[in-house]
Amino acid sequence: MIDKNRRNFFKTSALFGTVALGASATAKAAPENILSDDRKGVLVDVTHCIGCRSCEWACQTAHDLPADKIHDYHDREVFKEFRRPNNDSYTVVNEFENPNNELLPINVKYQCMHCDRPACVSACIVGAFTKKEDGSVVWNTDMCIGCRYCMVACPFQIPTFDYHKAIQPDIHKCDFCYKRTQEGKLPACVEICPVEALVYGPRTEIIRVAKHRIKRAPNKYLDHIYGEDEVGGTSWVYLSGVDFQTLKFPKHGTKTAPGVSESIQHGLFAYFVPPIALYAWLGGIMWVSKRKNAKQANEEKI
Amino acid sequence: MEHEVPQQVKHKFFTPGVIVLLIIALNGIVFIAGRFLFGLGAVTNLDQQYPWGIWIGIDVAAGVALAAGGFISAAIGHILHKDAYHSIVRPALLTAMLGYTFVAFGVFIDIGRWYFIWHPLVMWNPNSALFEVGICVIIYLSVLYIEFLPIVTERFIGKLNMKGIFSFLNKPLDKLLRALDSGLSKTMFVFIIAGVVLSSLHQSSLGTLMIIAGDKMHPLWQTPILPLLFLISAVAVGLPMVIFESLLASKSFKLKPEFSLLSRLGNYVGPILGVYLSFKIGDMVIRESFVHLVPMDLPAIMFLIEMIVGVVIPMIIFLTPLTSKSVSWLFWASSMVIFGVLLNRINNFIIAYNAPYALEAYIPSYGEISVTLGAASMLILLYRFIVINFPVISLPAPSGVHNSNK
Repeated sequence: MIDKNRRNFFKTSALFGTVALGASATAKAAPENILSDDRKGVLVDVTHCIGCRSCEWACQTAHDLPADKIHDYHDREVFKEFRRPNNDSYTVVNEFENPNNELLPINVKYQCMHCDRPACVSACIVGAFTKKEDGSVVWNTDMCIGCRYCMVACPFQIPTFDYHKAIQPDIHKCDFCYKRTQEGKLPACVEICPVEALVYGPRTEIIRVAKHRIKRAPNKYLDHIYGEDEVGGTSWVYLSGVDFQTLKFPKHGTKTAPGVSESIQHGLFAYFVPPIALYAWLGGIMWVSKRKNAKQANEEKI
Repeated sequence: MEHEVPQQVKHKFFTPGVIVLLIIALNGIVFIAGRFLFGLGAVTNLDQQYPWGIWIGIDVAAGVALAAGGFISAAIGHILHKDAYHSIVRPALLTAMLGYTFVAFGVFIDIGRWYFIWHPLVMWNPNSALFEVGICVIIYLSVLYIEFLPIVTERFIGKLNMKGIFSFLNKPLDKLLRALDSGLSKTMFVFIIAGVVLSSLHQSSLGTLMIIAGDKMHPLWQTPILPLLFLISAVAVGLPMVIFESLLASKSFKLKPEFSLLSRLGNYVGPILGVYLSFKIGDMVIRESFVHLVPMDLPAIMFLIEMIVGVVIPMIIFLTPLTSKSVSWLFWASSMVIFGVLLNRINNFIIAYNAPYALEAYIPSYGEISVTLGAASMLILLYRFIVINFPVISLPAPSGVHNSNK
């Protein structure tokens, strides 16, 4: 009787093992995260920006979001309160007092930074985010389940959600004008900027430009390119004359956002070895303790 | 103990307490309907700063932890074959099954596109901790239902007695149940071990979830060893949950509490809490995160409540002989561990989460609280319904009932 049980035990364990291995063999690769050498980037020179908010209008129009007439955007009243990108506006410009010259306020444009190692791409439960070859981080509506883990993960608090839609709520964020750049056009905000506060080009190139600007005017600029190394590097990088924390940029180290989390994940699941080993170990314990029990029962009978 | 077998509890379903729970459940259902009709924003206080609220923090994260009694008792009863503890396995299994059902339900109402809840089954992102949690919970929930099936077959084998036009089905259905029962008893060990493995995996991965939030999470909780802490705390709360429920059930159904058995289980709790505490303190010393206690702000106070009320005091009580002397000490010490783990999950997912551009703090809405309480009430009502109608709780065998719990 015990022997038969034991045989059953092995047979069934073998079956389960095969199923588990089969599943691991068919596991699809992680979502795309391409770090192409000529990925694009944008240099935002905060010292150039005049706060005309044309970029906001261009962005709204390019993404079919509700937009006022362009000269309504020149109204500076909105600067009274600090604004954030939202589910109906993917970029916003804010204004800060200039500690060096109060007549020259500082205007800063915010949007998705398009990280090189994006937390959203790593976090998304279904892999709906993709880092494309041109540097953009884009979201796929056909996959998203609306869990909002991307919002939890993002170090810049960028993805936003349609809380007031019962059916098919979307995640909204700047897509680096992926469609436009595929057609050879510039991102809408870069194209419209009248003062060249936004410079579009290969990321390596814009970093070079930024370094050159700092070198040429060391009194005007802080010796820090925000986004060059922050969270492992971002496609959008910033130059400023004042400290970035006063412009409400989060203080980040150079460690990538998904770094620790992914190593833990992959450590726990290295080729399914740890789970299968745990399974085998527990099976071993079960078998031994069962046999011990059966033996005891037999002895008691005798 | 040998003369005790799992059987249906003979007790009426409705009592004043049950009516209160029904009202709380109905109140929750109203807001669930509102969420599906008008979107998450209509019912919750979630916003672009705080994407996750108490539905994730309590219903999902704490729910998973508090259902840990299922895999702990399966490990003790089936894998270590401690036969003396067999009577706790079924109640704990039922709690886990219902607990995870409501975890899945919590996810279902919280995600924006509930009709795409199946997507993770076919769209895989192995980098994502949430993906791993999701897949493990889906498989584990199925395993729990399979583990529960023998209780259903036991209830109906030889007792099918449908009248009228369905009477011709009695025989073939009985045959089917018998075949299912014998098939299950041969393969059950596969599912039992799988249940323990899956639990260890997703209990820990639930801890990995917030690691990716990085600086957004308060340093008193943010640490790379979060998965380990989550696993240990889930193991620590498993037995107190079993004790807590067993004592509550015996009170509610006016049965004799299984005190000696439960207090022996309680002996394991103190040392496990000690392991948890040493890891937590070790981590705080190594990363010097204790400096964040100094400002005595909300996170620091919540942290101290969690650690002192939820870990240190119950650990001391469990290590003294008090819990093997009195039912109320055992009950209150268990309740404190449960409170501690509940608060720990709330702290990790809500209090510790600090949006860099928060306009205002997140405070759960009336609707969110109603849904959470409503779901908990529904769980208790279902538990009551099932123990009255299925052989879950072990009672002294009346004469004539054969011992089916080999």
